[in-house]
Amino acid sequence: MIAFENVAYSYGGGELLSEVSLRLAPGSFHFLTGPSGAGKSTLLKLCYAELLPTAGHITLFDRDVRSLSRDEVALMRRRIGVVHQDCQFLDHLPLSANVTLPAMVSGRDSAIADLDDLLNWVGLAKLTASLPPQLSGGERQRAALARAVIMSPDVLLADEPTGNLDWEMSLRLLTLLVELNKMGKTILIATHDMNLIRAAKQQVPARVLRIAKRRVQLAGADL
Amino acid sequence: MKLLLLADMLRGDKHADRVVPPSGHTAWLTSFTAAAMTFLAVFALALSLASGRLADRWGDALARSATIRISAPTGQMDAQTRAVLDVLATTPGIARARAMTDAEQRALLEPWFGPDLPLDALPIPRLIEITEDDAGYDSEGLRQRLTAEAPGAVLDDHSRWRKPLVMAAERLRLLGLMSILLIGATMAAMIILAANAALAANAQVIRVLRLVGARDAYIARAFVRRFTLRTLAGSTLGAILGMLGAALLPSADVAGGFLTGLSFQGAGWLLPLILPPLAALVAFAATRFAAFRKLKELT
Repeated sequence: MIAFENVAYSYGGGELLSEVSLRLAPGSFHFLTGPSGAGKSTLLKLCYAELLPTAGHITLFDRDVRSLSRDEVALMRRRIGVVHQDCQFLDHLPLSANVTLPAMVSGRDSAIADLDDLLNWVGLAKLTASLPPQLSGGERQRAALARAVIMSPDVLLADEPTGNLDWEMSLRLLTLLVELNKMGKTILIATHDMNLIRAAKQQVPARVLRIAKRRVQLAGADL
Repeated sequence: MKLLLLADMLRGDKHADRVVPPSGHTAWLTSFTAAAMTFLAVFALALSLASGRLADRWGDALARSATIRISAPTGQMDAQTRAVLDVLATTPGIARARAMTDAEQRALLEPWFGPDLPLDALPIPRLIEITEDDAGYDSEGLRQRLTAEAPGAVLDDHSRWRKPLVMAAERLRLLGLMSILLIGATMAAMIILAANAALAANAQVIRVLRLVGARDAYIARAFVRRFTLRTLAGSTLGAILGMLGAALLPSADVAGGFLTGLSFQGAGWLLPLILPPLAALVAFAATRFAAFRKLKELT
């Protein structure tokens, strides 16, 4: 699905990531941990080609990201659902339109037909007409998750999806992600919440990647 | 190809129209610019058409007429007039030739000398009016024959003063057409600026759309459609106001000369109706150009 080969990323003269090699196999569940500023969000952005590596190769669905045209990047992103840390909603559109945005831009009206089921699944069925600024942190995160999965993507990336949530809501969101993984989706979650990782490992065989000193390592099994 | 894109764009996409929030000042700025520019274009078009008519009239009507002026002592005037008419009667290319009567000559001079001009007492030259046929005549050959047969006769084929007038009218027509082109270019530049402002103001919207898999064509279409329709609406209003203004201009009058014939005539009234679709086409091309360029900068 997604493969990094000796990838480096430099920003502002300094190298943020160095010699990163990893492979996200279909149906796998990975956590990405590390201290704040270690490069977790950067690594996720490299995964959906918002950033391009300054060295090495990234392969998305068997295509080198550098060989992709702008249109091809757009088409690739339809196969990758992303839950952004700050949700990235269009504040002038109601929740229902924000959730169906990926389907709208790709012209897949059939996906829009599943909206009610999807909003029921994330527990937001009664808030379809609400504007994003009217939603709580937890509601926004669940809406972001609904938007990320509406196109039934092959890969789901989540950047600190429980960052603004209480523990109960975090577990609820985790349950949704685990369900998706059991449906065959590849999951990569960037988080520094060790409790969340421990809770996930009780439900799925998740692997934990840690960014330390600009490199990605497989973390110990004791997490 | 571009027309197909335009037709596709005008059909619209109910989703694409919603994803870009309604923008404030760029909306009325675009419509106002289109209305003002089309209003000016209507008058530039009217000026160009009127100049064209004038150039045609001067070029065509005056080119077919000439005058022979006979200055001779009173005793020889009739003989030289007859000689000239005889020469003209045998000159190929002359359709008609006739000597102007005293009354006609008096009428010509009346605006300058008044109605009581003593024509008999003054050495007024006799004027002979010539109308040529389609083939035309050889003016140099005619001059030589006149010199031989009637030494007091001088051929004036009007070219000395007709050419600068026709040239002036042609230049005026060209100026009108250039004005329309400049107005179109100015409108395109204004729309590009407004589109750039709208795209920059919606940078975050564009970023989100790109993140969820929107292609540049989809994002551009939302902006292009909006600007094209605004331009079409503004331009239609400008064209209507311009045509109303043109209708209020004085109608063509011989005494008033060029300035009273500036309005549209006949089928010419249909021409301003072409301006709104043309303006929409300009807006479509300008916004599309601006959108794709800006999208590459933004994401």
